Amino acid sequence: MANKVLMKGNEAIAEAAMIAGCRHYFGYPITPQSELPAYLAKHMPKRNGVFLQAESEVAAINMVYGSGGTGVRVMTSSSSPGISLKQEGISYIACAEVPCLIVNVVRGGPGLGNIAPAQCDYFQAVKGGGHGDYKLVVLSPSSVQEMADFTVLAFDLADKYRTPVMLLSDGYLGQMMEPVEMPDASNIKKYDKPWATTGAVGRHQNLISSIHLVPEDMEKHIHHLYEKYAEIEKNELIYEEYQCADAEYVMVAYGITARICKTACVMAREQGIKLGLLRPKTLWPFPKQPLAKLAGSKNVKGFIAVELSTGQMIEDVKLSVNGVKPVEFFGRTGGVVPSPNEVLLNVKKLFSLK
Amino acid sequence: MNKNECKFPLNLVIAGFGGQGVLLAGKLIAEAGLHEGREVSWIPSYGPEMRGGTANCTVIISDSEIGSPVVENPDVLVIMNRPSMDKFLPSLKKDGVCIYNKSLIEGFKPRSDVKMVAVPASDLAVQMGSTKLLNMVLVGSFMANSKAFSEASLAYALKKSISAKHQDLIPLNEKAIDEGAKFIA
Repeated sequence: MANKVLMKGNEAIAEAAMIAGCRHYFGYPITPQSELPAYLAKHMPKRNGVFLQAESEVAAINMVYGSGGTGVRVMTSSSSPGISLKQEGISYIACAEVPCLIVNVVRGGPGLGNIAPAQCDYFQAVKGGGHGDYKLVVLSPSSVQEMADFTVLAFDLADKYRTPVMLLSDGYLGQMMEPVEMPDASNIKKYDKPWATTGAVGRHQNLISSIHLVPEDMEKHIHHLYEKYAEIEKNELIYEEYQCADAEYVMVAYGITARICKTACVMAREQGIKLGLLRPKTLWPFPKQPLAKLAGSKNVKGFIAVELSTGQMIEDVKLSVNGVKPVEFFGRTGGVVPSPNEVLLNVKKLFSLK
Repeated sequence: MNKNECKFPLNLVIAGFGGQGVLLAGKLIAEAGLHEGREVSWIPSYGPEMRGGTANCTVIISDSEIGSPVVENPDVLVIMNRPSMDKFLPSLKKDGVCIYNKSLIEGFKPRSDVKMVAVPASDLAVQMGSTKLLNMVLVGSFMANSKAFSEASLAYALKKSISAKHQDLIPLNEKAIDEGAKFIA
């Protein structure tokens, strides 16, 4: 285990971002993600990078917009209320097709809420958040290792598709320490960015903008974005199936909740209950086809979406299952995290199992 | 718990006042477990309870992938103050081990279905020169009782976790660990 170091999830994102070549960070502090900017404040200057604590979240996201427009790898991070403040900028960035990474270490909400772990920002992340017709690629890590790995993946997807990518985490994953092996810097792919505003010396000027005053032009641009989103849906879906091969009941859970569900799966098998788990690693694109396939399997009797919310992802599970099998829900919210035993008890209750 | 070998996964909760070194004690234990090639997780209580009340962290050392990083019923407790004893003792698994700081904790109702290990940690720490050593005394007792890792792995973890400018304090910390290791259930 020589290559593994014990690190907090927030720090793992920060270190992985620098390995991915990110030298520009703009943010504003908020718990439970503050270790991330703290780490970058300490290390970014040593690697000739820019760490800047902006005067507000609104300023920070617009700094991301500006520097992303020059073609450099850039990121911001925040936690739920701060991400709400950034939504206008995110919408502009999506429209202007500026690659960047936005990290949300989700906490209990709505409102100021609390600093405990939650998954109540699913809709905001996956369904828009800001105004207008756009999508974010949304990655959902479930361990400190994936906090690092998905940070690298996020920068790659952002550049590959010229699109903003969100890493949707939670307070537990941000705060917990686990062994992590940092990604290899020599595997980082670099992309040409002929669209970037780098000073139009010897070439035609580039323009980064989100204004399309003529409706027909705007419509054409939105169609262009959606063709790109269709490509992402086709190529970039990732998910994990755990004990699904012979499962009669399949939980669908992401992030920290998926780990709790894995433990519940093991406990269920000990009691003779054939429980499986489908874990989306990308929340957008969502694993529609894998779920539809499981729904069509004769083993599977039903699904349970398990979330740290009152039920948001369940809507995508239902759309995917499309009425073929029943879809139930169990969740705790407001920053409360259920134990594996509590999850299992509720699965049994929902499907009247002994 | 078997006298000679540790059964994994081992779920541990460490709790005390903020400032007693709860989080560092947990980190040392996790580092020592990692050094032996095991899966480990460490998760702190980072909520409002940190401000003035009890601090705690959960450490899991396992032979296989760790699912939930939080546990309802730990196998071992390391308790540094009275409020934490009241809060966590009821959650300890039957036949589990509760290692506690006898110097600061008295008048509570012990459980007869678990092993209670009373360590005069704060008193020993003061005798050794600093009350700050109390967490190391308790980590020593945890190592001796759980056998979750070797003394060498803990020494490695200690060296790694203490900042460069405080490396001269290592021998004193090791002495505190040795003192604690004498307290076995």
